[in-house]
Amino acid sequence: MSTLSPVSPNSASGVGTLKAPDAGPELPARRDKPLSRSNLVQTLAGGYIPLIVATLVVVLPLLWMLLSSFKQPGEIVTTDLKILPQGLNLENYHTAMTTVPFAQFFLNSLIVTTVGSTVKVILAILTAYALVFVRFPFKNIIFVVILVALMVPPQVSILPNYILIAGIGGKNTLWGIILPGLGTAFGTFLLRQHFKTLPGSILEAAEIDGAGHWRRLWQVVVPVSLPSIATVALVTVVSEWNDYIWPLIITDRPETMTLPVGLTLLQNSEGNGAGWGILMAGAVLVIIPILLVFAALQRYIVAGLTQGSVTG
Amino acid sequence: MTRQLTGSPAAPAQALPALQRRGRWSGRTRRDFFVFLALALPNLALIAVFTYLPLINNMYYSTLDWTLGSTSATVVGLDNYVTFFTSSDAPQVLGTTLIFTVVTVGGSMVLGLLVALALNAKVRGTTFARSAAFAPYVLSGVGVGLVWLFIFDPGYGVLSWLLRGIGQQSPQWINDPQLSLVMVIIVYVWKNLGYCAVVYLAGLQSLPKDVMEAASLDGANGFRRFMSISVPLLSPTTFFLLITTMISSLQAFDLIRIMTPLGNGTSTLIYEAYLQAFGAYNRAGYSAAISVVLFAILLIITVLQLRFVERKVHYS
Repeated sequence: MSTLSPVSPNSASGVGTLKAPDAGPELPARRDKPLSRSNLVQTLAGGYIPLIVATLVVVLPLLWMLLSSFKQPGEIVTTDLKILPQGLNLENYHTAMTTVPFAQFFLNSLIVTTVGSTVKVILAILTAYALVFVRFPFKNIIFVVILVALMVPPQVSILPNYILIAGIGGKNTLWGIILPGLGTAFGTFLLRQHFKTLPGSILEAAEIDGAGHWRRLWQVVVPVSLPSIATVALVTVVSEWNDYIWPLIITDRPETMTLPVGLTLLQNSEGNGAGWGILMAGAVLVIIPILLVFAALQRYIVAGLTQGSVTG
Repeated sequence: MTRQLTGSPAAPAQALPALQRRGRWSGRTRRDFFVFLALALPNLALIAVFTYLPLINNMYYSTLDWTLGSTSATVVGLDNYVTFFTSSDAPQVLGTTLIFTVVTVGGSMVLGLLVALALNAKVRGTTFARSAAFAPYVLSGVGVGLVWLFIFDPGYGVLSWLLRGIGQQSPQWINDPQLSLVMVIIVYVWKNLGYCAVVYLAGLQSLPKDVMEAASLDGANGFRRFMSISVPLLSPTTFFLLITTMISSLQAFDLIRIMTPLGNGTSTLIYEAYLQAFGAYNRAGYSAAISVVLFAILLIITVLQLRFVERKVHYS
């Protein structure tokens, strides 16, 4: 590959290889000496080594979490550290799930995430469609209002929202966890930016066919915007699942705690050297579901983020 | 868009030019008016009640001497602000916030760009590496914080084990306030740089290849091409990242709460506001005042950024 960019001594930056794919006429050159020493060194230094380092920096801590979750206290509180656990010991998982009601946390997180994300994605689609395709005065002002809301950290609102929600009986309830986060500035913003890029001709055709707003929204706009909607959905699911500060404040009883809050409860009861294995087991239980969702849907989030950054 | 359609055969009633209808409602404008409200109002109402109303309430609460849970409060005007800015809290908290924000934003963006360059290499395995680099960004801050707290543990952490291997003592990451801040910053950058990397990668891949080729024909080397072509052309991406990472850094809570619950050395504005209201003190009015200060800072930064960027950013 790097034979295609002979004037690129500093290919460690990776930039030198940018033009490789469309260099069609030069293709035979690639077969020249693919395994020559300088070529190999350049590929390793410019391609693989940075890539491997970057990957290891991310993977190793997570691997360490997984390995430690199988370790007995004696394997952790020791000066003679072994990298691998003695066996696939599930004791830590058992202790984590019996010390605190993890199954209940899991169910609570599942409900909060599912209900919260579904409502938020639908609200984002409806609002973004209205902002782009429906005639209304002051639409730009409304958009600015949403943009500014995007800049307001939810954390600034926790005290007033706590007083509001606790005042109407929402403390230690699942609806109390879900309700304040339902308004969505992020999803609206991202989908609006995407809807703006849709070619007007497809909607004109639908309008000439007599389709009203409702049909144009669900039969034209939504189907062609699925990747963006998937992005909004995934980002919403992830942030609902991981949401911490609000559930932490509005719940203080295990029955309504979500997983991250429950993990804090576990930390409080196992916060000594011997408890690290148990805490790592708890961390695995919180992290793995989102890793699986990410593995399945990351194609969308990467594509969507690209759109968000380029058009935003 | 709809105006272009006013002459379409399916809508004869709309055949009049838009200008002649100014000042009165056609049936279609009225219908659109209500369609808009039906579609957008639920979301806008939620944003109003749970995002904007709290801003106003915060300002009101910040004028009260009020213990959370108490039924009585005294109006004290600006006393909470005076207390904050004249006590040792202000330089401490504002300084921590500044350091945390600048270092995490700068670190995530610079390292993110480097990782993006690595991911842009034309070798096998970039797809997996890209997923791996992005993964920490989507993981629970609570889980990630615990994992790293274990790694940094001066007694049993793998880092202290590695340091002992080369004959060094582990620094007191937990007890030393300055090192606590360093620790939280490292973990925060680790968690967030993948986001910057993926966004930068998209920017790199959309750079015009012919410009790159012309430059290399002119004899510009890789570094020169990177500095003179890639960096300026990436400025919209950089601006996008600057805004988004700064907003999220100012909101950083999970890692600080899990790794340093007492906020010893890591009390940023957001964390101090949390501690004052929901920590040991229950000082609701004082906490609200700190939240208002944070919001004011955020507002100023946003306005300055928008003004500055209009002149400086290259839009291709």
